[in-house]
Amino acid sequence: MSDKKSRDSFDDFEQHLVASTEDKYSLRLYVAGMSTMSMRAIDNIKRICEEEMKGRYDLEVIDLYQRPSLVADEQIIAVPTLIKKLPHPLRHIIGDLSNKERVLVGLDLRKKI
Amino acid sequence: MSETRTQLPKSNTGIRGLDDITCGGLPKGRTTLVCGNAGCGKTLMGVEFLVRGATEFNEPGVFMAFEETADDLIKNVDSLGFSLKALVDQKKLSIDHVHIEHSGIVEAGEFNLEGLFIRLACAIDAIGAKRVVLDTIETLFGGLPNPVILRAELRRLFLWLKQKDVTAIVTGESGIDTLTRYGIEEYVSDCVIVLDHRINGQLSTRRMRIAKYRGSFHGTNEYPFLIDEKGISILPISSLSLNHEALDERISSGIPKLDSMFGGQGYYRGSSILISGTAGCGKSSIAAHFADATCRRGERCLTFLFEESPSQLMRNMRSIGLDLEQWVSPGLLQLRAARPTLYGLEMHLAIMIKAIQEFQPHVVIMDPISSFWSHDENFEIKAMITRLVDYLKYAGITALLLNLSSDGEFMEHTDTGISSIIDTWLILRNIELNGERNRGLYIIKSRGMSHSNQIREFMITDSGIDLNDSMNTNG
Repeated sequence: MSDKKSRDSFDDFEQHLVASTEDKYSLRLYVAGMSTMSMRAIDNIKRICEEEMKGRYDLEVIDLYQRPSLVADEQIIAVPTLIKKLPHPLRHIIGDLSNKERVLVGLDLRKKI
Repeated sequence: MSETRTQLPKSNTGIRGLDDITCGGLPKGRTTLVCGNAGCGKTLMGVEFLVRGATEFNEPGVFMAFEETADDLIKNVDSLGFSLKALVDQKKLSIDHVHIEHSGIVEAGEFNLEGLFIRLACAIDAIGAKRVVLDTIETLFGGLPNPVILRAELRRLFLWLKQKDVTAIVTGESGIDTLTRYGIEEYVSDCVIVLDHRINGQLSTRRMRIAKYRGSFHGTNEYPFLIDEKGISILPISSLSLNHEALDERISSGIPKLDSMFGGQGYYRGSSILISGTAGCGKSSIAAHFADATCRRGERCLTFLFEESPSQLMRNMRSIGLDLEQWVSPGLLQLRAARPTLYGLEMHLAIMIKAIQEFQPHVVIMDPISSFWSHDENFEIKAMITRLVDYLKYAGITALLLNLSSDGEFMEHTDTGISSIIDTWLILRNIELNGERNRGLYIIKSRGMSHSNQIREFMITDSGIDLNDSMNTNG
């Protein structure tokens, strides 16, 4: 009886693991104007998305100077900030995203060391 | 004559006592750091700075809270009599809670805090704010990685605030070796205020001092302060410059025969009088006569009681023919009672001075000051009484202090601590003569006037105190 139960939950777990590698990523990059740091972040995330999530991501770049109310809504202090909206959970990654490994950790695409 | 140096322009805080100590308030358009341990009152100081700015100086303010949510903040200060909600509705105050995710943020490259700047700018521009409070800076540090970037951004923030022409307070937690935990006091170059909340022997004491105030004169001592339903009150009681004016006028003690011992005229107005005596010998009665005489003249008297309740005192005085109650409702007599063990010395002093400032009496009576003796180091008590006496002298208020001494002990020893600072000293003691025990009263000193050197027999009758013309010394 308990054997079947544990096997079922194991199957669920396996299924979930498989599903995660096919998840769609919904990302928002918040920058402050088009500074060199902003441009770097944009270039970096575009590259990472193409390399790691090709075909299954959508990326929106938002300039906070254009839409300042989002600072409060999304609780953004540091810029640039990359927010992973999907898949859950929500994640904040700050910086110009030049450290690819850290970005992947933040996106839950790598185990945290 | 030295030329007057130009000081930085200042912004009145409206916080009682603070504008006096800082000689005008906080540096206008600059950032002041307020730091202290937990529960010291720094958040409240920030709030009061904004509330008074909005209500008294027509300067709207922004409160950026990194720790509490807006609702929590509003609730917490509501019990202190500040209605933040009303001010927010009137757009005189804006409370912005910035949530910093302590665990979830991953750093993946170079960043800056421009998001914070944008948010602040929005909040300031929305209501035309002239005052800003950021509470607390440690939460920023705690939540974001990379202290190097944070320090640089803090420096940038203070410059940015200056450009925005707002007067700002930033609060910080005390560090162990440094004023703040992360040493940010280095970046705040204009003004640093340190608050302290200590527990000494189970009693809590609050103190503040100005650690730094560039380009300005300021008080450098530690000042006790209170937090009550009106907010923060700092008591700047250190004008120990001894240049108060000596008043010429004489006022009656309420006991004509006692007045006659002072050359017929009574005490000097604005002087300090100490009456020492054993238990039950009649000190409170002498004080009550003085209170009565004061009120009869239409002047206000404030009595601090440390051993009896007001109703007890008034009942006792009725039995000797003094009706003190009649002066209470016209607002001439105010009786305040507190056990010395209720607060620390500093608090007592602060509370008394606050009461004096509010009631503006012509006479202050303390019955008795000896209640504080068991309290603390004698040195501290002397300091406290000195400050109080000095404060009263400066304000031209006549002070009557009662002191309990134990019988048998040479009376003058506990009093020598303070007798040197007071002007008039009377002693009441039991005098044994020829198998009789009588109460005697004599004047040890009274500066600036001739006085009787006789010991007069002192009696408490049901129509008040009476003095015999001289002590019976029949052989």
